Amino acid sequence: MAVETQLPYDKQYITEYSDKRNEPNWFKDIRLKGLELSEELPMPVVKKTRIRNWNFTNFKHDVAGEKISSFDELPERIRALLDEDSDNNNLIIVRNNDVAYASLEDSLKDQGVIFTDIFTAMNEHSDLVQKHFMQEGVKVDENKMTARHAALLNSGIFLYVPKKVVVEQPIQVIFWQEDQEAAFFNHVLLVAEEQSEVTYVENYVSENDEEETVANIVSEVFAHDASKVSYGAVDHFAKGTTSYVNRRGTVGRDATLEWALGQMNDGNTISENITNLMGENALSHAKAVSVGRGNQAQDFTANIRHFGKASEGYILQHGVMKDQSSAIFNGIGKIEHGASKSNAEQESRVLMLSEGARGDANPILLIDEDDVTAGHAASVGRVDPLQLFYLMSRGISQHEAERLVIHGFLDPVVREIPIKTVQKQLREVIEGKVN
Amino acid sequence: MAASTLEIKNLHVQIEGEEILKGVNLTIRGGEFHAVMGPNGTGKSTLASAIMGHPKFEITEGEVFLDGENVLEMEVDERAQAGLFLAMQYPSEISGVTNSDFLRSSINAHREEGDEIPLMKFIKEMDGAMDDLEIDKNMAQRYLNEGFSGGEKKRNEILQLMMLKPAIAILDEIDSGLDIDALKVVANGINKMRNEEFGCLIITHYQRLLDYITPDHVHVMMQGRVVKSGGPELAHRLEAEGYDWIKEELGIDDETVGQKA
Repeated sequence: MAVETQLPYDKQYITEYSDKRNEPNWFKDIRLKGLELSEELPMPVVKKTRIRNWNFTNFKHDVAGEKISSFDELPERIRALLDEDSDNNNLIIVRNNDVAYASLEDSLKDQGVIFTDIFTAMNEHSDLVQKHFMQEGVKVDENKMTARHAALLNSGIFLYVPKKVVVEQPIQVIFWQEDQEAAFFNHVLLVAEEQSEVTYVENYVSENDEEETVANIVSEVFAHDASKVSYGAVDHFAKGTTSYVNRRGTVGRDATLEWALGQMNDGNTISENITNLMGENALSHAKAVSVGRGNQAQDFTANIRHFGKASEGYILQHGVMKDQSSAIFNGIGKIEHGASKSNAEQESRVLMLSEGARGDANPILLIDEDDVTAGHAASVGRVDPLQLFYLMSRGISQHEAERLVIHGFLDPVVREIPIKTVQKQLREVIEGKVN
Repeated sequence: MAASTLEIKNLHVQIEGEEILKGVNLTIRGGEFHAVMGPNGTGKSTLASAIMGHPKFEITEGEVFLDGENVLEMEVDERAQAGLFLAMQYPSEISGVTNSDFLRSSINAHREEGDEIPLMKFIKEMDGAMDDLEIDKNMAQRYLNEGFSGGEKKRNEILQLMMLKPAIAILDEIDSGLDIDALKVVANGINKMRNEEFGCLIITHYQRLLDYITPDHVHVMMQGRVVKSGGPELAHRLEAEGYDWIKEELGIDDETVGQKA
């Protein structure tokens, strides 16, 4: 059977969809450009992973979601993600392609913080959105997936933190794909102005083990000069979802961007996390954990590019592979000419739990400057029998000992997830996947 | 609980096809402290690891019983649950698992499901044992042995010993890499364990540990066997005269066995 690679959506459909949502013209133009490009551009380059037979075209594009008036209406697995240490004042729940719940503290509104769905934002804050949306970060014409993203965008969040505003409580978004075939063409645009601070956490959840659909996620984060942004995510799309995830950071002078990504999808996934350290002393930690199971195939890239002098980038990727799953972990540290005194470090480790699983760690350092430091560590291996012996010699069963080693292996990233309940839920997801 | 007895009978052990232990016989009863001494490479640590079930060692002959139960048929965790403990010479580092979580899992592994140690009781016991061993409290939240100094690792082994309260403990070179102050602290912790039920097998090639922990029985290993046994006076003689007189007495030229450790 030939796999369909072209979309069943045309210019008329896109125009009508955009008009229905009352989008500004500049945005409609981006969609139409995306549609045009999506037909001619190639797929993103993934080496070593065969994506030819993956489903990228079979999905429902426009699916409404009902509002909720109380958290009691949420199923338990969604409710479990709510921050139990807060009053959930800074929370958006996206249900299929609509906002089901939205809240932002008055004190933050008063300080000019914007936290809303992207459709509202492009009307109410058109200039701010237009300035950042798919311009400097992820570009429409990068590949077929980014072009398709622009054309079919059906969900999104805009989070804007003005200059010098410090947001103390984490900002949370739960993307809940309730409809089993609903696709997410979701865009997160996070802009932290100079000297601002914000912590953002997102969850993607679906339950389509049988039904096929796609997720096409683009996040653009702008950490302007001297700002601090902490970005946590737990991706947990079910087996039927093919995911393309592209998270991109742009970090200014003296600014910090911390990524903590729990890549727990059960379906085939391409996930790319690129951080551009533009300013002097820019700093980023890109931490990610993954668990592969069943026969899913995944391709992960963590890439930090140094443009600013004395910029620091630290990549840490830990993956656990079981059953017949396969995954490639690319770690790329790139120091551009002129980024002297920069430091690029990376560590990629893969733990194999079965004979049939396959995992690869590809550490790459590309350095165009003399006066820099860089280092990498990579390993692919099994649970160390001496570690098991040590734990079991204290009376711990083999099963429990393996569990401890696996959770321990993933913990350096899990514990960086900003909201305690999301951390706890991520641990449960890991538990469910490795058992 | 009555005192336990660990019986090692004619134990032969191979590593990668090479025989390291060539028939070890030892009986350790609860309430007794035994020291196994000997130069490097004579099989002492192999004895300790083989009893606990180290995956690299293959037992080719002999038996080990704990209170009549066949230890060699047990999985490693079952040996621990039966009452054995091994303080390791080179404890594994386990990233991402805090010392405190590990200790609690270990203690609960010895208890019935539904009868887990209450958190407050656990913390109190751990704090008390950490004070005894002069361990910095933040070690509880550090990852298990990761980045620990040699001395911290040894103290951590003894901390586990004190928390788990086994029937019979084997201490494998618990003194190596410790300065004299740390040695005293560790010895003090071990001496606190001493009672009529607790049996201990102390493996060392330095006499100095025995200045602080007085053994009831002293055994010397050479060529993969126990070649001489005696009381505390044997340790004193070894300290004064070294091992050469034993080699002479027994006509041993090279005391080591297999590849040197």
